[in-house]
Amino acid sequence: MALSYLRSSSSRSANLLKPLSSGLSLRSPISTDTTPITVETSVPFTSHRCDAPSRSVETNPKELLTFFRDMALMRRMEIAADSLYKAKLIRGFCHLYDGQEAFAVGMEAAITKKDCIITAYRDHCTFMGRGGTLLEVFAELMGRQAGCSKGKGGSMHFYKKDSNFYGGHGIVGAQVPLGCGLAFAQKYSKDETVTFAMYGDGAANQGQLFEALNISALWDLPAILVCENNHYGMGTAEWRAAKSPAYYKRGDYVPGLKVDGMDALAVKQACKFAKEHALKSGPIILEMDTYRYHGHSMSDPGSTYRTRDEISGVRQERDPIERIRKLILSHDLASEKELKDIEKEVRKEVDDAITRAKESPMPEPSKLFTNVYAKGLGVESFGADRKEVRATLP
Amino acid sequence: MAAIFQGVGAAEALSSSPFNSFDSNKSIFSPRRSFSVRKGASFAVVRSDGTVNLNLKGRRAQQLISNAVATKADSAAASSSSKPGHELLLFEALQEGLEEEMDRDPHVCVMGEDVGHYGGSYKVTKGLAKKFGDLRVLDTPIAENSFTGMGIGAAMTGLRPVIEGMNMGFLLLAFNQISNNCGMLHYTSGGQFTIPIVIRGPGGVGRQLGAEHSQRLESYFQSIPGIQMVACSTPYNAKGLMKAAIRSENPVILFEHVLLYNLKERIPDEDYICNLEEAEMVRPGEHVTILTYSRMRYHVMQAAKTLVNKGYDPEVIDIRSLKPFDLYTIGNSVKKTHRVLIVEECMRTGGIGASLTAAITENFNDYLDAPIMCLSSQDVPTPYAGTLEEVTVVQPPQIVTAVEQLCQ
Repeated sequence: MALSYLRSSSSRSANLLKPLSSGLSLRSPISTDTTPITVETSVPFTSHRCDAPSRSVETNPKELLTFFRDMALMRRMEIAADSLYKAKLIRGFCHLYDGQEAFAVGMEAAITKKDCIITAYRDHCTFMGRGGTLLEVFAELMGRQAGCSKGKGGSMHFYKKDSNFYGGHGIVGAQVPLGCGLAFAQKYSKDETVTFAMYGDGAANQGQLFEALNISALWDLPAILVCENNHYGMGTAEWRAAKSPAYYKRGDYVPGLKVDGMDALAVKQACKFAKEHALKSGPIILEMDTYRYHGHSMSDPGSTYRTRDEISGVRQERDPIERIRKLILSHDLASEKELKDIEKEVRKEVDDAITRAKESPMPEPSKLFTNVYAKGLGVESFGADRKEVRATLP
Repeated sequence: MAAIFQGVGAAEALSSSPFNSFDSNKSIFSPRRSFSVRKGASFAVVRSDGTVNLNLKGRRAQQLISNAVATKADSAAASSSSKPGHELLLFEALQEGLEEEMDRDPHVCVMGEDVGHYGGSYKVTKGLAKKFGDLRVLDTPIAENSFTGMGIGAAMTGLRPVIEGMNMGFLLLAFNQISNNCGMLHYTSGGQFTIPIVIRGPGGVGRQLGAEHSQRLESYFQSIPGIQMVACSTPYNAKGLMKAAIRSENPVILFEHVLLYNLKERIPDEDYICNLEEAEMVRPGEHVTILTYSRMRYHVMQAAKTLVNKGYDPEVIDIRSLKPFDLYTIGNSVKKTHRVLIVEECMRTGGIGASLTAAITENFNDYLDAPIMCLSSQDVPTPYAGTLEEVTVVQPPQIVTAVEQLCQ
């Protein structure tokens, strides 16, 4: 990949004067350095009915290191979830996101916590990106009380209301109308925020998607529909499921952008562009060209419909974490050892979280009946021995 | 149990709706639906505390109404302007309730097909688009699945949408959204999100509308956990239930009936709501408990007149709340009369009556002197031919026969 960077030498020399904990290293404290670096994306953007954003992305060492750390954390978390599933501590469905982490981190870098995100069932890493903790993730996966949905949701139902993460949905495609509803609420409240409604290449053939897109375009809603195209809808390759696999063009009258989803910086650029577009002129479709290493879910080996060579080929050439690692090393932002240390740290964090999650108890039996209804207006569900019937005006 | 009506009198009385341009004699409908108003049965104004103002028209011979629906206001009531409250038709009552709630809370919005500029296919949302604008009264394309989903998504953030299905049957297309997202999100998110949405629309057997437009969806929705279902039957409870549904934090499905929109009644001027989980005592009695809801209430009241002539004293309860059942009111009634007849418009198989029978048997079996009888619609698609359609639903003579059988 072509690299070009601009760095003022004066800032570099000024950094030499700062006291450094690592002693011999002459580099600036990388965790807080925000000197701008410009990087070019791996491939140019392809656009439909709009002008593609520039290939040059502004970033800085802090951001790159954050990307590396967050993606390493997500990767580690998903692999740990794999082992937990095989150890039968996680049951039911478990859809893993490893390989696709670049989208979760890149999108977060371009938006705020006031913007809404809604996705389908491959939501562990998106939840982490929104500020979820490892403990909440593992506890929820194992069905414990400390989980983000108190153990009642499971792998496919992660939600985080305070950072506007709306889940976590099991039915393919059903989250897209919900996402357009979130965008409608944002427009209604005049928030100047946007909604990212994510779906996969399999869900792209759902009718309700086009219905929701039509309504969003009609009403000028700030909705960004993101197709995370990992090229396989469970076991069916995209060319076998879609007559037109150019998902970014499927919106017809809605502009679209195709992005290399394994390049976190390209994702960041595209999401920034999309947010500006959505606030000004309504919905836009982003297609993220990405890949998942695991099968569709834990019950799918992932190799009956694609070759192992393909999987390892992508891992060698396009892995998102490796890309950022190369970028960091070539810009001298950290040493190999420091990056390996980060990975070790992350591994330990994940192991600790699993231990703590295992200690969390299962939900109480009485919790079976909580949260079926919300209480309000003096309206309560009673059985045969209800004593009082009242309705009160608030 | 203080009546809402009396309680509100003490509170500040809100001004009644500015909408007062209704025609008391004739309502103009869309040409698709023809409507005939028949000479009415008696009508009763029921307060939630159980006090009933029966307005029996005496024993004068009524033409047997096979499709008893609308009532003409009797001249005595119309001329006495000294009575409190104002008279209006059921669809106007719904409109009043909706408008008052939209005035009161800026988060309330309406979504549906033809609700805005057209005014609603049953005129329930007439005038609202002009008053509140296009952002609050939204005309959607014909895409039930997605606009119901959008309503649910908006509700997750705190808006309070009122989704209108032009006919309840069309909401089958949105069943996934209603079942999985609307009902379950509060639970699967561990209580993080509430869905204060109202889904409403007309259903039931109309006047030769054909099989697909005469569906009763109560039976399909009743087992979805997390939602509440109510059915309105009079202008009074239509307005009250609409307001309570909008204010409720739970998702509520409000079932209206195509043939009941032209019912006229005098309702209070003050602000009032009806409890979403309360049944309405229409006519207290001693011999048998008749449980009913929506349009069948009028068939039952029709039959009740015949029964009273024959010497029976039926207790008629409009259950109103289809999920959850008001087992308190129902139970007390069963304990008193020991006989239960359920009259419903739902299908025999898996309908509301079937669930209600199970619930009563489970809870009050000791009090029953006879097996519960349930009169429901036949398990057939509703035919077009008028004579066949009549036979599909329960008619007053059948109710009379059933009570006689039950009370032997």
